Amino acid sequence: MTRNLWSRFSRFLPLPATVLLSGCHAALLDPKGPIGAAERSIILTSTGLMLLIVIPVIVLVLVVAWRYRASNTKAKYEPEWSHSNKIEAVMWSVPIIIVGILGVIAWRTSHQLDPFRPIASTVKPVHIDAVALDWKWLFIYPDQHVASVNEVALPVGVPVVFHITSATVMNSFFIPRLGSQIYAMANMQTADNLVASAPGTYRGISANFSGDGFSGMTFKAVAMSAADYKQWLAKAAASKQSLDGTAYLALDKPSENVPVAFYSHVTPGLFEQIVQGKFAPGSMQADMAMNSARRD
Amino acid sequence: MFGKLTLSAIPFNVPIVMGAVAFMVLGAIAVLALITYLGKWKWLWTEWLTSVDHKKIGVMYLILATIMLLRGFADAVMMRSQQALAYGSNVGYLPPEHFDQVFSAHGTIMIFFMAMPFIIGLMNCILPLQIGARDVAFPMLNNLSFWLTAAGAVLVNVSLAIGNFSRTGWLAYPPLSELHYSPGVGVDYYIWALQISGIGTTLSGVNFITTILKMRAPGMTLMRMPVFTWASLCANILIVAAFPVLTVTLALLTMDRYLGMHFFTNSLGGDPMMYLNLIWIWGHPEVYILMLPLFGVYSEIVPTFSGKPLFGYASMVYATMAIALLSMLVWLHHFFTMGSGADVNAFFGITTMIIAVPTGVKIFNWIFTMYRGRVRFETPMLWTIGFLITFTIGGMSGVLLAEPPADFVLHNSLFLVAHFHNVIIGGVVFGVFAALAYWFPKIFGFRLNERIGRWAFWCWFIGFYVAFMPLYALGLMGATRRMDHYDVAAWHPLFIVAAIGSGIIFCGIILQLVQLVVSIRDRELTRDVTGDVWNGRTLEWSLPSPVPAYNFARIPVVRSLDAFWDMKQRGVNLKSATFVPIHMPRNSGTGIIMAGFAFLVAFAMVWHIWWLAVAGLAGVLVTLIRHAFNDDRDYHLGADEVRRIEGLHGRVQARSM
Repeated sequence: MTRNLWSRFSRFLPLPATVLLSGCHAALLDPKGPIGAAERSIILTSTGLMLLIVIPVIVLVLVVAWRYRASNTKAKYEPEWSHSNKIEAVMWSVPIIIVGILGVIAWRTSHQLDPFRPIASTVKPVHIDAVALDWKWLFIYPDQHVASVNEVALPVGVPVVFHITSATVMNSFFIPRLGSQIYAMANMQTADNLVASAPGTYRGISANFSGDGFSGMTFKAVAMSAADYKQWLAKAAASKQSLDGTAYLALDKPSENVPVAFYSHVTPGLFEQIVQGKFAPGSMQADMAMNSARRD
Repeated sequence: MFGKLTLSAIPFNVPIVMGAVAFMVLGAIAVLALITYLGKWKWLWTEWLTSVDHKKIGVMYLILATIMLLRGFADAVMMRSQQALAYGSNVGYLPPEHFDQVFSAHGTIMIFFMAMPFIIGLMNCILPLQIGARDVAFPMLNNLSFWLTAAGAVLVNVSLAIGNFSRTGWLAYPPLSELHYSPGVGVDYYIWALQISGIGTTLSGVNFITTILKMRAPGMTLMRMPVFTWASLCANILIVAAFPVLTVTLALLTMDRYLGMHFFTNSLGGDPMMYLNLIWIWGHPEVYILMLPLFGVYSEIVPTFSGKPLFGYASMVYATMAIALLSMLVWLHHFFTMGSGADVNAFFGITTMIIAVPTGVKIFNWIFTMYRGRVRFETPMLWTIGFLITFTIGGMSGVLLAEPPADFVLHNSLFLVAHFHNVIIGGVVFGVFAALAYWFPKIFGFRLNERIGRWAFWCWFIGFYVAFMPLYALGLMGATRRMDHYDVAAWHPLFIVAAIGSGIIFCGIILQLVQLVVSIRDRELTRDVTGDVWNGRTLEWSLPSPVPAYNFARIPVVRSLDAFWDMKQRGVNLKSATFVPIHMPRNSGTGIIMAGFAFLVAFAMVWHIWWLAVAGLAGVLVTLIRHAFNDDRDYHLGADEVRRIEGLHGRVQARSM
């Protein structure tokens, strides 16, 4: 029976490896920016360090169980042996050492890769405000007064400071190939500092369940050259739709699988008003905001 | 008159739901008809439903957990098949509003009504026997705890037929769970089901702590307690520390939804982040409430099947206590991505990793228990080896997720889903099955079929890897959880593999049901006449199987760790010549009646039927007060009766004089 057990185990061991290899198009293992790259290296380093202990442990489980199987009468049997200070010292200290190293990595990288921390660069960063709505993403370029829905353009090699809020329930702003996600919460402003190192269109998602339209709440993050980026902004600025309070409230209504849209002439301070809950459903200021938006 | 409740609350137009409802209703009718046909109602009421015998309450917990496992697994199969189908232009067969209920119900049921009843059922069945006690400290309270848990489980299932269940995930994060975003009755069902079962769990915690601390047999010092008892003590301390937090958190959410308050709303100063903190201050200890008792189970099984004492008993005890303490200090790792800042994230990341140290020590303890032993690979041991391998992998992915920057990309992904199923299936579920295989003869007096049990193990073990390894890969590919539909071609094959995995696990479950039926059929062949089928080490094996109502005719005196092993070494005679009357608690209908009224309160609150809520509450109070004035709650089992029962098990010493 035990022979049977071992043969089944051995057939089975390569499975995790196959699964890892199938990650050729694994977004997190093929990042397109330094933040994602740093996070990948933490994943790989930590996994490697842990495998140093995990593999021997699994092997030890199988070897010890097999060697001391009841039918193997040649193996030593010590029915009263249950304590050894040496072994205990080793089995406490090995995990402590590994966890110690991982702890140092955790402390240092938590600070280095804090999503709020600006990315050091000689280039002036781009500011983009992101708003999670039911069920789409609104991106506002406060310096260019343009906005877009479900598509965000970023110039390659230029750090981007995302300021993020939600006009609805909790969501999480996440572009897997660029790195760190951060929650989008109403009446709150979080920040995510990212940079793309290669041009391309990357999938963006909400990584926190937000209701029936959640699965369709995806966006395209398009990293492009400086020239293309300029053109993209010009295309948005040429949009016939402008984004004032009224247009925003119309956009705020729940909708699913929303196509990409562009807006010109974004009312200055719109994002701040959203963060302050001026348009929040059920808030006492909603009507007033509606009126003032109309006056704008 | 009926609040919000109208006939339209029954989803006649949703065939899948109505099919499930029909299945459940027909099943219930069949059971009720069978009981009536056999004329067993009185027997059922006096012997089981009103029983205060911890062993019978334990069995009722196990039955509840098994039924809920089937329900929760049906949800799992629906999710896996939906995700295997719903790629690109195919939207699958579950619309979002249904899919969202399915994953919410799956999580809620599996944690609260499958895993919790299993572990509390196991504690009930075994714990008093291990410490040489005749019952738990508060037998009637124990019965009430069970019925409150059952009432919660029934409420969750009622939501299938009347109205709908929550669509907000198993922890109902606000503001999504607030009235504005979830105006239906789903979240209310969730809240009230958890409230009544949660109170039952808290009372269980109080009961077991008292039992362990006050009712151990003479000589059983704390450091002579079996590890299962130790681990249960730690888990129950966590229950008493953490479950009140859940009760309060849900009460605050209730006030938001019913009284227009703003604890967690988006507006008027409400703070959803506070809810996340509170719910995880309960939620993380909850994970260890489930895990610790099963660490205890493995610590019973490995020594028994290795023919050796547990290696490093003291280490094991300290490690268990350390895990219990640390589990209260790690809750924030569930939301590193909320933006608490680097210092806070790093602190909670490191406390989380530290848990890996005592856990790793435990794994080494089990390995070195097998070392220089005589390892027998019967099903309890197979599950244990499956656990050692699987849990080690799950622990590794857990420590990885504890690195805040790694979590920034893995949070809420299918990698996370794979991780917690890796530890919960590999640790908790395998542990429960190991425990059932191990203690089944003690509880029921005959063994489970070994061969079918082995097949079931292999289906579960292989099925687990086929179902969840693809989810690790999907997580690394950027797939997040809770999607009813996706449009990435590369994900599709992996979702199909995962669905196949759930099919393999399904075979395992079917085999377990077959195993149960076959074992009952063959029970005369595998009857346990010695009470010690596995050559056990702890006191429960010193008793006949199944254990008589009073457990110990003579309270044992404990002289060392592994008390029964020590008795066997010394050749202690288990037979008695003289017997004394035993003081016993009387059965009580208070528990089931109070829980019945509590169910009415909960159902009435869900549907805003205020008069019924008031009436139900009055019913709870009146039942409680009536019980308080009931003096006829105990009796003495006569010495002759004890002698008769012991005689049936061959435990009466013929007097030589």
